[in-house]
Amino acid sequence: MEEQNMMQRFDDYVADNKKIEPKDWMPDAYRKTLIRQISQHAHSEIVGMLPEGNWITRAPSLKRKAILLAKVQDEAGHGLYLYSAAETLGVERDELLEELHDGRAKYSSIFNYPTINWADIGAIGWLVDGAAIMNQVPLCKCSYGPYARAMVRVCKEESFHQRQGFQIMLNMAKGTPEQKQMAQDALNRWWWPSLMMFGPTDANSPHSAQSMKWKIKLFSNDELRQRFIDMTVPQAEVLGLTIPDPDLKWNEERGHYDFGEINWDEFYNVIKGNGPCNKQRIETRRKAYDNGAWVREAAVAHAEKRAARRNETAAA
Amino acid sequence: MTQEQKFEYLLRLGDNALILGQRLGEWCGHGPALEEDIALTNISLDLIGQARSILTYAGELEGKGRDEDKLAFFRDAHDFRNVLLVEQPNGHFGDTIARQFLYDHFAWLLFNELMQSSDEQVAAIAAKSIKEVTYHRRHSSEWIIRLGDGTEESHAKIQQSINDLWMYTGELYTPDALDEAAHAAGIAPDLTKLADYWHENVHGVLKQATLDIPEDGWMQKGGKQGIHSEHLGFMLAEMQHIPRAYPDAQW
Ligand SMILES: [Fe+2]
Ligand SMILES: [Fe+2]
Repeated sequence: MEEQNMMQRFDDYVADNKKIEPKDWMPDAYRKTLIRQISQHAHSEIVGMLPEGNWITRAPSLKRKAILLAKVQDEAGHGLYLYSAAETLGVERDELLEELHDGRAKYSSIFNYPTINWADIGAIGWLVDGAAIMNQVPLCKCSYGPYARAMVRVCKEESFHQRQGFQIMLNMAKGTPEQKQMAQDALNRWWWPSLMMFGPTDANSPHSAQSMKWKIKLFSNDELRQRFIDMTVPQAEVLGLTIPDPDLKWNEERGHYDFGEINWDEFYNVIKGNGPCNKQRIETRRKAYDNGAWVREAAVAHAEKRAARRNETAAA
Repeated sequence: MTQEQKFEYLLRLGDNALILGQRLGEWCGHGPALEEDIALTNISLDLIGQARSILTYAGELEGKGRDEDKLAFFRDAHDFRNVLLVEQPNGHFGDTIARQFLYDHFAWLLFNELMQSSDEQVAAIAAKSIKEVTYHRRHSSEWIIRLGDGTEESHAKIQQSINDLWMYTGELYTPDALDEAAHAAGIAPDLTKLADYWHENVHGVLKQATLDIPEDGWMQKGGKQGIHSEHLGFMLAEMQHIPRAYPDAQW
């Protein structure tokens, strides 16, 4: 079939809400965009393990330690499904990791902020996993089959994380005065970066229209951000904590919360690499990868030796 | 066996799991591949789970109102009863795997026997944990074989790891008076018998991995009696600092 006919068929298919599968024909730009989006998402999962993994050895009770271990293990699992989904598009995990390590690939900027008190683990679960759910639930219906299916599994676990994070915040907000102070401090530091997780405003998001047409993005950044704020404000009220935005208030007419101006200067700087932990995160990932090279090589060498031995026995 | 002796014996079991689980938790996000990050975290999670059951029971038995967290976070190093092996630093991946392998083979033998313990709670905890311990033993043994029979570099590295840690293995299977009392009471097995099986099983894997078997030379001991290496104090400082800084807080 001619390229143009294929394109027509692809467009119709997507318009009919049918799933594109790895063996189906797809436009190059669609494939490239998907690889970028899925790998960024995968990188976010594994870089995201660092600020939280940070607290495993210091969790304040054995129950919290176990819950955190399970959570971070889930995030590693998400990374694994997503790299596998990206691999169905004809790239290798190692290539994608290389792009992460040399700075060509991005990951969610939120993980460039430090976790400096235990309430940060609560705030991440509550706000960051909460924002991730907002972003990801629609993707369970995206046009690319393997990505949509990976998202279904991921979203189930993210909602656990969100509830567990809220529970940490609740225990601290209702705890001793010091604990409440830590909880408020965490909310102060994580609120605005969480809003930034939805990306630039619609006016400044040039690729969004195409992605929405391809159904690999189903709602606009501003729409999702508003939904997140509307969901989260009442939760902060339950906690008895104050959201650090003096302009935040219910707008009866709109049926939504109005909120203050996001610091876009900070947003673009953190993306550019100037966040408090950008360097540290990438260096940690690169070091883990480099230090593990001899282990991965050994595993390959051993598998080859075994295969060779099996062939010998078969031949004999 | 007195209640105090039994309490102390339980601390040995619980602290081994807690301290090794804590060590493995340090790996999270730093593994050689994503699959290993998941495996090491999973093993850490199993061990913390075992520690929680055992320490909870120990606290009940002691009857002084100490729960799992009081025991984990409010004892100092000299009150910990884990073997020296489990508090040794992670080192590189091979060091961690060697430590795990030497411990897992012991834990597997021990837990199999503890399922027949005269203490029903101990037997129940062992029965609940045996599947996990069996998986841990398979995971570490497979890595010993891969690294030993992998590349020249991995062979040299894992051989060195095994050699370095060997002096901590005697403490696992050499009984002291408390181990003997636990055996006499039917709570725990005869460690001297486990020692033979441990050697047989460990040697078998090392041979398959084309590795040399170290001589049973001078062995370090003391952990079971509360005399630890320098490492434990640092681990506890990190692990305990939040609960100790805010002793009235619930998390
Ligand atoms: Fe995740
Ligand atoms: Fe999550």
